Amino acid sequence: MRDIIRMIVVLAVLGAASGGGLALVKQGTAAQIEYQQLKFVKGPAIKAIMEGCSNDPIVDRFKIKDGETERGFYVGVFDGKANAVAYETSGKGFGGDIGIMVGVNLETDELLGIGVTTHSETPGLGARAKDDPSFGAQFKGMSMNQPFKVKTDGGGVDAVSGATITSRGVCAGITDSAGFYKKLKPQLIEQAAAFAK
Amino acid sequence: MSETSLAQEFTKGLWKEIPPFRLVLGLCPTLAVTKAFGTGLGMGLALTFVLVCSNILVSALRKIIPSKVRVPCFIIIIATFVVIVELVMQAYTYPLFLTLGIFIPLIVVNCIVLGRAEAFASKTGLVASIADGLGMGIGFTISLSVLGSIREIFGAGTWNGVELFGPSFQPFTFMVEAPGAFVCLGLMLGIMNLVGKK
Repeated sequence: MRDIIRMIVVLAVLGAASGGGLALVKQGTAAQIEYQQLKFVKGPAIKAIMEGCSNDPIVDRFKIKDGETERGFYVGVFDGKANAVAYETSGKGFGGDIGIMVGVNLETDELLGIGVTTHSETPGLGARAKDDPSFGAQFKGMSMNQPFKVKTDGGGVDAVSGATITSRGVCAGITDSAGFYKKLKPQLIEQAAAFAK
Repeated sequence: MSETSLAQEFTKGLWKEIPPFRLVLGLCPTLAVTKAFGTGLGMGLALTFVLVCSNILVSALRKIIPSKVRVPCFIIIIATFVVIVELVMQAYTYPLFLTLGIFIPLIVVNCIVLGRAEAFASKTGLVASIADGLGMGIGFTISLSVLGSIREIFGAGTWNGVELFGPSFQPFTFMVEAPGAFVCLGLMLGIMNLVGKK
């Protein structure tokens, strides 16, 4: 009996100490990790979307609480007006969630561009949604007021060949994001205006 | 514990029992991440940190941990340090974190770490365990760096990202693919056995 209690106590104390220690490390590194992800994963996508803007969209960012989730938005300033935002959304792909950076013109509700950030799609097939710029480029100018669909589903998006499921996931992700984009739009315009120069 | 044996604990990891060549343990990350010098070195350093820290804790707690639950205890200790490495790597060397990917969390089940905890640290004093962990870790780092260098030089014509040969160099891409890892490891193992025999 004493043996069993000792085993339980040792394991429990070890587990608790480990959990506590990890929570501390996690807290200590959270801000730095966020910065690194911005720099290496989201940054290039945002920069590509906001090409030609006069500010640094990675620095000019804000967060809005949407129910339970907190969403980050990156502001692009064009011609002195802060009229573009980019945000990250996700869609279900072939190998898991696909992170998609979406840039929208706040005045016209048109897409400035999209970029795939994180994914676990098949290299050479689904991964081309990220690697092949022509897939992302076709979204430019499309309106947020219509659902995004690949051509085989009756929409206007050319799917990456051999990767229909990935393409559908990207489309669905953007379509979904239109919901919170419209809901938050008044706040977005207000918050983004603060970054105008 | 006398001076000489402490030095022996350290140096055995550098040649006599150098992982992965002598022990032939931990081959999975060895083969997978040695496409280049940088990734091999990063993996080696991550493993060294985990190995030394887990050796310290396992050795310090060896009289407290009941032998029946020693393996779960070791796993908790090792997993804790692996997550720490993962978080720190994510925070400061993000590109390396992306290239190593799944192989960082997989250090938890790395045979070398668990093997040293079970076979050495749980039976030996603190200082000797640190020496053992350091030696094994550095040995592993050297092995992976050398293997990574060879594969990178032949497979991509670069070393640590620096172009070595002129534009006329035709990369021997076989070396950076999976079969190349096996062949390269096998050849190195063979050469080491040949040298060791004399």
